[in-house]
Amino acid sequence: MTLTSTPAPTVKGSGGDDGRASRRPAFLSGVGGQNISLIGALLVVLALFGVLNDNYLSLSNMQVIAEAATITGLLAIVQTVVIICGGLDISVGSQVGVASVVSAMVFTTTGSGAFLGMAAAVGVGLLVGAVNGVVIVYGRVNPTIATLAGLAAYKGLAQLLSDGRAQGYVLNNDVFVFLGRGKIAGLPVMVWILIVVAVTVHLLLKYTDIGRNLYAIGGNDTAARLAGISINKYLICVYTLIGAVAAIAGILLTARTGSGQPVSGSEGLELKAITAAALGGAALKGGKGGIGGTLLAVALLGCLENGLTVQGINTFWQNVAQGALLVIAVVIQQRRSGERAVGLPH
Amino acid sequence: MTPHPHPDPAPGSPDGPPPAGDHAPSVGVSGIIKRFGEVQAIGGVTLDFPAGQVTALMGENGAGKSTLLKILTGDHQPTEGHVVVDGEPVTLDSPARARAAGIRIIPQEPEIVPHISVAENVYAGALPRKRGRLLDRAELDRRIRADLERLGFAHVLDPDLLGSQLTPAQRQLVEIMRALTGGTTARLIAFDEPTSSLSEHEVDALFALIRRLRDEGIAIVYVSHRMQEIFQLADRIAVLRDGTLVGVQDAATTEEGELVRLMVGRDLSAMFVRQRVATDRLVLDVQNLTTDDVSDISLRVHAGEVVGLAGLIGAGRSELALALAGDLPVRAGTVTLDGVRLRSGRPGDVIRAGLGLAPEERKAQALFLQQSIKENASLVVLDRLRRFRFVRRTAERRLAQEFSDRLRVRTPSIDHEVRKLSGGNQQKVVLARWLARKPKVLILDEPTRGIDVGAKAEIYQIIADLAAEGVAVLVISSELPELLGLADRVVVMQGGRITGELDRGEATEEAILELAMADDIVGAAPGASS
Repeated sequence: MTLTSTPAPTVKGSGGDDGRASRRPAFLSGVGGQNISLIGALLVVLALFGVLNDNYLSLSNMQVIAEAATITGLLAIVQTVVIICGGLDISVGSQVGVASVVSAMVFTTTGSGAFLGMAAAVGVGLLVGAVNGVVIVYGRVNPTIATLAGLAAYKGLAQLLSDGRAQGYVLNNDVFVFLGRGKIAGLPVMVWILIVVAVTVHLLLKYTDIGRNLYAIGGNDTAARLAGISINKYLICVYTLIGAVAAIAGILLTARTGSGQPVSGSEGLELKAITAAALGGAALKGGKGGIGGTLLAVALLGCLENGLTVQGINTFWQNVAQGALLVIAVVIQQRRSGERAVGLPH
Repeated sequence: MTPHPHPDPAPGSPDGPPPAGDHAPSVGVSGIIKRFGEVQAIGGVTLDFPAGQVTALMGENGAGKSTLLKILTGDHQPTEGHVVVDGEPVTLDSPARARAAGIRIIPQEPEIVPHISVAENVYAGALPRKRGRLLDRAELDRRIRADLERLGFAHVLDPDLLGSQLTPAQRQLVEIMRALTGGTTARLIAFDEPTSSLSEHEVDALFALIRRLRDEGIAIVYVSHRMQEIFQLADRIAVLRDGTLVGVQDAATTEEGELVRLMVGRDLSAMFVRQRVATDRLVLDVQNLTTDDVSDISLRVHAGEVVGLAGLIGAGRSELALALAGDLPVRAGTVTLDGVRLRSGRPGDVIRAGLGLAPEERKAQALFLQQSIKENASLVVLDRLRRFRFVRRTAERRLAQEFSDRLRVRTPSIDHEVRKLSGGNQQKVVLARWLARKPKVLILDEPTRGIDVGAKAEIYQIIADLAAEGVAVLVISSELPELLGLADRVVVMQGGRITGELDRGEATEEAILELAMADDIVGAAPGASS
């Protein structure tokens, strides 16, 4: 159209973005509408389960929630990055499984080299992530399809390596024990790792030219290319970064459970990671999203899951709730973007 | 729909045009105010579209034309006021309602399904069927032929063609047939810039059709930026400015200058003529460049020189621009930029070497619509604004503000999302991005397409200023008067080759067109692509 593009029809009345931003109290203006809803939902969940169960709000239970949410959180952070670029990675759970198995097996076979085990896991993670990136960029395979293939292939790889069983025992090693059980300044080491990764990625996204370019690629890849951004390089790097962070998550899984887990503990993590990213406001079309929202969504999901478990709700129902949440998150997103309900969504 | 019944046409003959001389049925709008958030797009417009007349709707981009059309067609709901049909206010809360009320729009870009026939495209959604859900092909064929005959399109539109085989004009005819067939009688048809992709004789045919529809008693709303068309076609001209109606003129007694003044609120000289400032310093030197789309292109642009690149659509001009920008692979030949030979390859390298391209499709190829003016403007200078890899945010803001001000982007703030700007202001954001980079060569592909008169003049001035600063500018444009006013030299392309070059003194529209259509040269050249 050569005519002016008008704001989407669903932005009506005084509910426009500008209006909201200007009328919000100053201390909230940097938070964003999506995050306010998430904080609200989180408070409701905490209050609800807090009333239902005395122990729920206890410090020890909060720590359980935080530790359980760490692995999801790591994956959700990198999932957010790839979604911002307009991609997706549904193989993250399988990557965690591979890394977990590799870290434990290398540790066991080399005697006592915890760092060797970890390095091997990270190396394999980088490799697997780079393979994803290369298949997508140079094989021209749709990211969902490519990583769906990865989901199956890497799971199979982990099972082949481990013969389908939990591998090794690592809790005789101080380093693994420190990662899985240790605390620094009262906070579990795992949570510190999550914080470090989150802050690093947040700084990368919001304050560096790399981050700007990532948003640009997701926002309009043609325009990004013509603005001189090497899209291929960025995408391969992002998928490789996912592999590295998934490997860290795999190492933490090993440290927590005491052995290398090919499937259990990592299966289904992709769903949680994508749900958290979508709930946190990362637009699946690309170009939008942030770590703050994603972490809030991770916290919300973690508190919800723990609450349901504490209340003795069947895990099958938790799966249903998980799936429903993902759909609801995306429906809300699409409503906000004002997309018209015609045919297949873009 | 409103509860009151319309004087409905006989249900037996739903396809017939309304009888002329009916008691002047009319469609109009009354007291329309439309706000999007805190932005007021339309501020109290009352306007009647009488039956049997062509009402042209004019105004700069952002004046509210498209919003008004969308209110008429039920896509938008007015914040205040209402659409009036036959003197009664009606609520058009969906396109289907508007259609039932007899209001139709021919969109600028026809919506055509590529893999189905013309007949199926026309009746899509209301295909005749036999018992069950089987398509009644015989009835479909009978109906399309009858409708083609009735509307006089039988000789220009083969109903068996597939959507993908249609020319732009035929695509438009399909939309027009959709508007004129099925359901209720059309009483108002709005044409939104219908001629932007049509050739001259197709335009003539379209105008003949519009006049016929008008004479049959249909109210026509005609939106266009092209003055000539407006004067050929319109009975009345309604001018919008900043969302308000600034005048409804009788087309027969109005002059072009008066309309422009109404639209922009100030007087503009009809044509822009730039002073020559070119130097002898060669900046862009293209030798025998060959790509998949163009062959053997040799081209030189000096510092301070504006070279126009003319040619018909498909001549390969945009493809040449993309190849120079490093986005399309170069097969042979060299590009030298300020003495340094460019290795064919990536846009990033080309940009660093000092060449910028503002591409043809600004929304699809240049802008990040969800992002702010600031982020759009600073994207290609981030490497100069960073310390380590961190973007210096105050410096970025200062820079974006400076160029936004300098190019007079009309916006309350540089934090505004680009999608909310009008076409002209969006183009200025694209230019701001490149001006901030301070390139040695700037290629502008159709820099004023779809932009209103006022913004056009501003963009011409920007180009003149750039040349005065010593930038080598290559302008691709299909508007010949624009090229003649801007360029020191006009290079003409056809079929992927350069067919001639005209100095300012010898460049006329006729001379350019002659070169642009110089078939013999290409015919003689072996291996010329498409």
